[in-house]
Amino acid sequence: MPSVEILSRIQFAFTIAFHYIYPPLSIGLGLCLVIMEGMYLRTGIKMYEDITRFWIKIFALIFGIGVATGIVMEFEFGTNWAVYSRYVGDIFGSALAAEGIFAFALESGFLGILLFGWNRVSKGVHFFSTIMVALGSIFSALWIVIANSWQQTPTGYIIEGEGLEARAIITDFWEMVFNPSSVDRFSHVIIGSFLAGSFLVMSVAAWYIVKNRFVEPAKAMFKVGLCVATIAALAQLFTGHRSAHYVSEYQPAKLAAMEGHYDSSAVADMYIVGWVDAKSGKTTGIKIPGGLSFLTHGSFNAPVTGLNAFPKTERPSAVNFVFQTYHIMISIGMFLIALTLTACFLLWKKKLFSQKWLMTIFIWAVLLPQIANQAGWYAAEVGRQPWVVYGLLRTSDALSKEVKAEQVVFSLVLFSLVYTLLLVLFLYLLNKKIVHGPEMTPNEEDGSDEFSKRNIKQLQA
Amino acid sequence: METIFGIDLPTLWFLVIGGLITGYGVLDGFDLGAGSLHLFFNKEESRRIALNAIGPVWDGNEVWLVISGGALFAGFPLVYGTILSTFYVPFMLFLVALIFRAISIEFRSKETMAWWRKMWDISYMVSSTLITLLLGLILGNLIHGLPFNEKHQFTGNLLSFFNPYSILIAFTTLSLFMLHGAIYLVMKTENRLYAKLTIMVNNCSKFFILCFILASMSTLIYIPHMTDQFKEYPWLFALPLLAVLTVLNIKRNIDNRKYFTAFVFSSCITAMLLILFAIGLYPNIIISTTDPANSISIYHAASSPKALRIMLLIAAIGTPLVLGYTIFVFWTFRGKVKLNEMSY
Repeated sequence: MPSVEILSRIQFAFTIAFHYIYPPLSIGLGLCLVIMEGMYLRTGIKMYEDITRFWIKIFALIFGIGVATGIVMEFEFGTNWAVYSRYVGDIFGSALAAEGIFAFALESGFLGILLFGWNRVSKGVHFFSTIMVALGSIFSALWIVIANSWQQTPTGYIIEGEGLEARAIITDFWEMVFNPSSVDRFSHVIIGSFLAGSFLVMSVAAWYIVKNRFVEPAKAMFKVGLCVATIAALAQLFTGHRSAHYVSEYQPAKLAAMEGHYDSSAVADMYIVGWVDAKSGKTTGIKIPGGLSFLTHGSFNAPVTGLNAFPKTERPSAVNFVFQTYHIMISIGMFLIALTLTACFLLWKKKLFSQKWLMTIFIWAVLLPQIANQAGWYAAEVGRQPWVVYGLLRTSDALSKEVKAEQVVFSLVLFSLVYTLLLVLFLYLLNKKIVHGPEMTPNEEDGSDEFSKRNIKQLQA
Repeated sequence: METIFGIDLPTLWFLVIGGLITGYGVLDGFDLGAGSLHLFFNKEESRRIALNAIGPVWDGNEVWLVISGGALFAGFPLVYGTILSTFYVPFMLFLVALIFRAISIEFRSKETMAWWRKMWDISYMVSSTLITLLLGLILGNLIHGLPFNEKHQFTGNLLSFFNPYSILIAFTTLSLFMLHGAIYLVMKTENRLYAKLTIMVNNCSKFFILCFILASMSTLIYIPHMTDQFKEYPWLFALPLLAVLTVLNIKRNIDNRKYFTAFVFSSCITAMLLILFAIGLYPNIIISTTDPANSISIYHAASSPKALRIMLLIAAIGTPLVLGYTIFVFWTFRGKVKLNEMSY
């Protein structure tokens, strides 16, 4: 049987990867909801209320699964990583507690009003609740990313005790919160989330347009999504660059793994695509010569610390995996910029919605931010190995001592079954809601239930 | 040691966590209890009303579990890791049950087929009941104590958890939550369902009083360390006495159909039982049955004073906010449940 360490790592990776499908969607969707409902309050056009109601139902479905799978993450720290929990309790614990009390309570509290409060509270209070839910989901990401960033670039602590009795003691709360990577990683994650949510909105809208159903509301949805997505895709270029830069400064071994760079004395290239042979320490592929040198030192011929400079026990073992996930993320990011800018250009030319081929791409493009988010997360976390807290605590030391391999196998099998069921049900219900479409307010004049023509005129005016 | 209002920081944080867990027990207690009663409602409409009574609030209630967990992690990381890894299998089942409860509520109304709804009804009841029983079982074992060696490592196995005392506490918790849930539902319903629920409330209160008497007797007889504190500070005996009076008061209010007052009292009883539990444990959280010296006390497990102070500040800012919007949401959805197109 595999070791408890491998099993626990698989379990953690599996449960977090599954969980990480949902929060980015709800964060991005939350922002789109605020815009849609804001448009309704501003213009008074009924259609915006109808699409807001439609997306709130989908939001609830996504949020529900996000919460259910998120609670698992919180408790897994204690069940599988008890030594880690004790080691970082001072720091990770406070961020987690802050997340619960400041963020999660906010979004869960107001979600009830969002869903069931339409007839119970005024429009203004409902809109306020929507904003609170959206803010809550962003705060939630903020605290979780802070906690995770501290693991990547720990600051604001001292170590007390020796060996396995050692633990990190907080010395400066704000230094812990604003550790060197918090801001860059948070902005990178949150914009990745905006992309995930806005691409879901555009995917559904594009599908309606291709199927010639709910065309007017679909165009309105698409514009909201495109607006968020374009700004986010461009901003991601900036945050991505900043994130890579912090990695080069604080986690040189991770950066070297991301680009498959082994020889410290050599100029470092930046690969577009490539393959790392970890055994021979060779990387082949299409590259920008000196690109990584330029990124880290601002010069195309400066040498960059390579993996060979680190003892084998202090560098990530799965170099090619880190390389590939990192490059998948970047390629998708570039493609999303091209895609959104093309769409914006065609929208300006008033040709966007008649381009069936582009709409078809948008239907499927919903998967791309998801893949990029997952890949980026894997690159960041696997690239940090063998440390669970970078440079301080090894993953292999962080395990729960009491837990036996068969217990982890039991829970792993349990979660695999439950999560498979969850995913099937989620996709089934999501699909059903999308096929059903928004409940459009009937037009008083001709009783058509698809969309009020008066509203279209108002919209075009 | 550093103190605030004459109370040392670990004790203060012990009180904060106790308060949060009590908040969880009172709030999620009634919707878990409502879940355990779910299959006793036969008609589709009754089931929908029961679900919609907790619909807007259950998610917010569950947040208190997340906050309690985070607070325990932050305040007593050693205890957090030890409890969760010791109760590995029960906690995994607990988490799966939490998932099933959430998706049962969320998914049930999404299809109209009878088999679909029935499946989620069963899943909702089973998961709610399992969550409650597991919470009770873990609580019972914490009161009872478990075998720990001098390195604070658990030396028992899965069967160690199923001692008669802990099983009794599990059922006591179930009976309390069922009573609490039934009283909540009776406040939110009308007509025939209301009439049916008044009978249920009576039956639940009988079930609870029976469990309460058995649990109190067994604690007095078999769990000597729970009574140590009381021997030292005899005035503390006022608390169990108060608990008994509260239980009798619930009965009286139910007989007089004053359900809101009864609900306040069943909330109080949840709080009081947890207070008794906390007093019995203090200053330990994990009690070793192998050797009392192997127990983990709050002083041994606490985070640094600085971390505790920071988190007290976080709690002091956060708790009023959370209470504020909890009250706002409950106020928004006050009164009897009316089904409409937005309902589950």
